[in-house]
Amino acid sequence: MDRIDMHRLKQGEVNLGTSIMAVQFDGGVVIGADSRTTTGSYIANRVTDKLTFLHDRIYCCRSGSAADTQAIADFGHYYLQMQAQVLGSAPSVLTAAAIMEKMCYQNKDQLSAGIIVAGWDEKAGPSVYNIPLGGGLFRQPWAIGGSGSTYVYGYCDATYQEGWGKDETVNFVKNTLALAMSRDGSSGGCIRMCVITKDGVERKFIPGDQLPRFWEGKEILGEATQKPPAAISAVSDVAPMAVEV
Amino acid sequence: MAAAAVYSNPGFDFSNLTRNNFLAEKGIPLPKATSTGTTIVGCIFEDGIILGADTRATEGPIVADKNCEKIHYITESIRCCGAGTAADTEFVTNLISSNMELHGLTHGRKPRVVTAMTMLKQYLFRYQGHVGAALVLGGVDSTGPNLFTIAPHGSTDKLPYVTMGSGSLAAMAVFESYWRPNMSRADALQLVKDAISAGIFNDLGSGSNVDACIITANHTEMLRNVEMPNERVQKERSYVFRKGTTAWKKEDIKKLVLSEEVTPISGEAMDTD
Repeated sequence: MDRIDMHRLKQGEVNLGTSIMAVQFDGGVVIGADSRTTTGSYIANRVTDKLTFLHDRIYCCRSGSAADTQAIADFGHYYLQMQAQVLGSAPSVLTAAAIMEKMCYQNKDQLSAGIIVAGWDEKAGPSVYNIPLGGGLFRQPWAIGGSGSTYVYGYCDATYQEGWGKDETVNFVKNTLALAMSRDGSSGGCIRMCVITKDGVERKFIPGDQLPRFWEGKEILGEATQKPPAAISAVSDVAPMAVEV
Repeated sequence: MAAAAVYSNPGFDFSNLTRNNFLAEKGIPLPKATSTGTTIVGCIFEDGIILGADTRATEGPIVADKNCEKIHYITESIRCCGAGTAADTEFVTNLISSNMELHGLTHGRKPRVVTAMTMLKQYLFRYQGHVGAALVLGGVDSTGPNLFTIAPHGSTDKLPYVTMGSGSLAAMAVFESYWRPNMSRADALQLVKDAISAGIFNDLGSGSNVDACIITANHTEMLRNVEMPNERVQKERSYVFRKGTTAWKKEDIKKLVLSEEVTPISGEAMDTD
């Protein structure tokens, strides 16, 4: 072993084989993600929260290595707290995205992180910034990321329209993620979404048995002969756990 | 006559690397670290956290320790199960336990479970996975019960029930089937015992006994070997050799305990005030 083997270097690492998304609309942004975290073929967490708090009205969607993106998000959160104290006002989404991009670019050799930063600020209103794998900062009206995103670029191009309201945007994110999760093996579970507006952050949760369904080949394969068993999630007293530490 | 050199070359010394590569080329691999091919679990119940662990430590195919302790002390109301490289889990938990004590002393209040979690994840991230510790961290603090997993690269997960180590799949199968929110203390302990037993019986890297630790708001109970499903049975026959089986020619008895006389020389007594 005289040279570094990249495959061995990252062996056993926890990965976010992911579908993530952020879309801006008139009053704010909608961000969304699936909930699957994998180590190889094992699902290490099926209810992960990949929508991570950076500041009061700024969140990020994480894809790539779980360890790397958590560390970057923690640093980003810290820098923005400092920034807010020094400035005496909430930092802009651009500032947040630029800080995250700087970390992703300067440490590109050691990181595998694809991040979407989105939120609302006083200056620019709602905005979405995409930071792909090696760094780079791109403002987009909508952004998708993670391994599942490759399957739904065409759907997004064909469907997205300017001038949508909140409900249409939420539906667009929900449908796109459901399609990505159904095609990508390393995405799945449930959908988590956040609607970030001037007034606050509203969280939305779609359980795995209530995802939007599309063409499933019944016309060719015929209906299932056996009804699927009742979902175990029908346990009545399940209280959703607080995900933000 | 050759004399030993007084001065050494400045900078790092890579001679051991050359030696190790030479030995590896000759077919002598580097010694393996003792790993805890392990089943460790944690779960939240109605008034706290229960952690569980098996007690087998392995060195490749050999069982190095049949009854080791994998539930480590962090603070009185925070404990941590370790899987992966045994030395790393031992030292990383010791280090963070020490830092948590100092943290509590400087701030004059009990440090939270997230504090320990953040310290551990930042330490493990800094070493990029080379500190091979996979942990289950649990405890009760001012915010209530908290349960986390921490992977060797420094990623963390917060869940109501968690498993780690090579037996994590067997244990998770038990949790996914039988875990319910707000379980009673007795039910939760039985569930943890069943999950660890699933690891002990179905995973080759795990074995021997079940350890558990019940943490509630004002009491922590460490249950060492709550279940011992692999006790050695009495041998059916005795295999002791009869006296005089081996013939001998000579007898020589040496006195191994040496006695020594110490004469105290009067001097100034140590100041003990």
